[in-house]
Amino acid sequence: MSLSPSPETKLTAERIGMVFKRDGNSTNVLRDINLTVGRGEFLCVLGPSGCGKSTLLNTMAGFLSPTSGEIRIDGEAVRGPDPRRIFVFQERGVFPWLTVEGNIGFGLFKLSRAEREQRIAHYVQLVGLEGFQKAYPAELSGGMKQRLEVARALAVNPDMLFLDEPFGALDSITRLTMRRELLRIWEAEKNTIIFVTHDIDEAVQLADRVAVMSDRPATIQQIVEIDIAHPRDIGSARYLELRHGIFDQLGLAHKV
Amino acid sequence: MSLLVRLRPVAFVAALLVIWQVAVSLSPVHILPGPWEVVGGIVDLIQHGLLLKYVVASLFRVTWGFTLAAVLAIPAGLTIGWYGRAEMALNPIVQILRPISPLAWIPIAILWFGVGDLASIFLIFVGCFFPLVLTAINAVQSVPAVYVNAGRNFGLSPAALVYRVLYPAVIPQLLVGLRITLGVAWLVVVAAEMIAVNSGLGFLIVDARNAGNRYDLVVAGMVIIGLIGLLLDLGMRSLEKVKSLRWSYSEE
Ligand SMILES: Nc1ncnc2c1ncn2[C@@H]1O[C@H](COP(=O)(O)OP(=O)(O)O)[C@@H](O)[C@H]1O
Ligand SMILES: [Mg+2]
Repeated sequence: MSLSPSPETKLTAERIGMVFKRDGNSTNVLRDINLTVGRGEFLCVLGPSGCGKSTLLNTMAGFLSPTSGEIRIDGEAVRGPDPRRIFVFQERGVFPWLTVEGNIGFGLFKLSRAEREQRIAHYVQLVGLEGFQKAYPAELSGGMKQRLEVARALAVNPDMLFLDEPFGALDSITRLTMRRELLRIWEAEKNTIIFVTHDIDEAVQLADRVAVMSDRPATIQQIVEIDIAHPRDIGSARYLELRHGIFDQLGLAHKV
Repeated sequence: MSLLVRLRPVAFVAALLVIWQVAVSLSPVHILPGPWEVVGGIVDLIQHGLLLKYVVASLFRVTWGFTLAAVLAIPAGLTIGWYGRAEMALNPIVQILRPISPLAWIPIAILWFGVGDLASIFLIFVGCFFPLVLTAINAVQSVPAVYVNAGRNFGLSPAALVYRVLYPAVIPQLLVGLRITLGVAWLVVVAAEMIAVNSGLGFLIVDARNAGNRYDLVVAGMVIIGLIGLLLDLGMRSLEKVKSLRWSYSEE
């Protein structure tokens, strides 16, 4: 029942700083970010829009090099993107020129044909896209495209997933279903997930721990442990208490 | 209903032909041959074996000039677009050369290649090359970074990144560019043939006028040019409809 991070460490971020220089102006986006993520942990990074969440996630995934500090995964410094850790780009990342099957099989080029087809069939089923194997993304709804991108990521058996506001563009009902699916997949596959969101409820529903970021230049203000077992009752006293705590932390009022 | 709708353009063309015929017969001076005379001209050309010969000659030049331009311009443009810095250096050259009509190159083409196929192929090449370079630069620069990042994330080698991500991502824009440029090539070949060679549809038009004011043949040549231009465009459009190539059009 204990959901505290596993003792084994998956990722460490040490004194990460990021300054963007453009047209002579420099924007100080990240300042002295320190973070440790356990193996198999589900961590949400929560913060207001524009505070630097995507920037932080991109440095962890190896798409950006931080101006200062170092990110280590499994003890090795991150030097670039790696197929063992897949970044999910809010559904816009599916390749529109490939079918559902083609997208899911995209990263499986090292497998034999038979293995690849078996893997594709498995993940088509896992994300509930049966019957759409030959469809192109343009023929899918937003939620289906999102599931397709998650399936493409999972198909290569990554031990880490980076998700950048993956459900932000979906309607609120689909969003709830997608959260449930993601939790189901995470419990089955046991990968480490870093999930960026600006939605407090989403963070408290999903995460083992929530890293709350401040405004720019962003630091991690606080890490909140969500000690509620899944499936979570979002009306329970503990849930509301944690949620209110984060509201206060972000300096938000409880009344509209 | 659908049959009626489909017949509408046919009916419209028929009406125009009738108006043309009537107008020509009512006109006191000879302004144009009527449609019947033009049909006669086309039959005349077929009987002399000239129609096929001239069409083939024109298509031959277009094919060579256009293909050479595409083969050189597209990789060049894609490379320039990908390594953004080269564009800065080349931009002024392209910007100065591009607005020069391909026809302005006619004297130089004749100086370099003499009167013949090579000169007109060169002119078509010049007319197609710069628009295609620009199309390819734009196409590669408008590829969303997410696709490239996703490709890199899955561990693609640089070569695989080019043919599995970049190439499919630029195809729709390239096809539009190629279609427009093929239209340009077809315009240029007619002009080139009026001056630089003695066969082809452009030559037919000047020759028919010079050799005895055969305006029926002039208009016949124009009609044939229009029809073939239309067919070329339809051919390119059908390529754009291939499902795995047309992804960007179907995204609304
Ligand atoms: N490549 C870049 N160059 C300059 N500024 C950038 C770049 N990427 C992000 N920024 C700036 O960094 C800040 C944080 O951006 P981002 O990480 O996308 O925020 P979030 O994901 O939290 O909304 C923004 O003010 C943005 O304008
Ligand atoms: Mg963001």
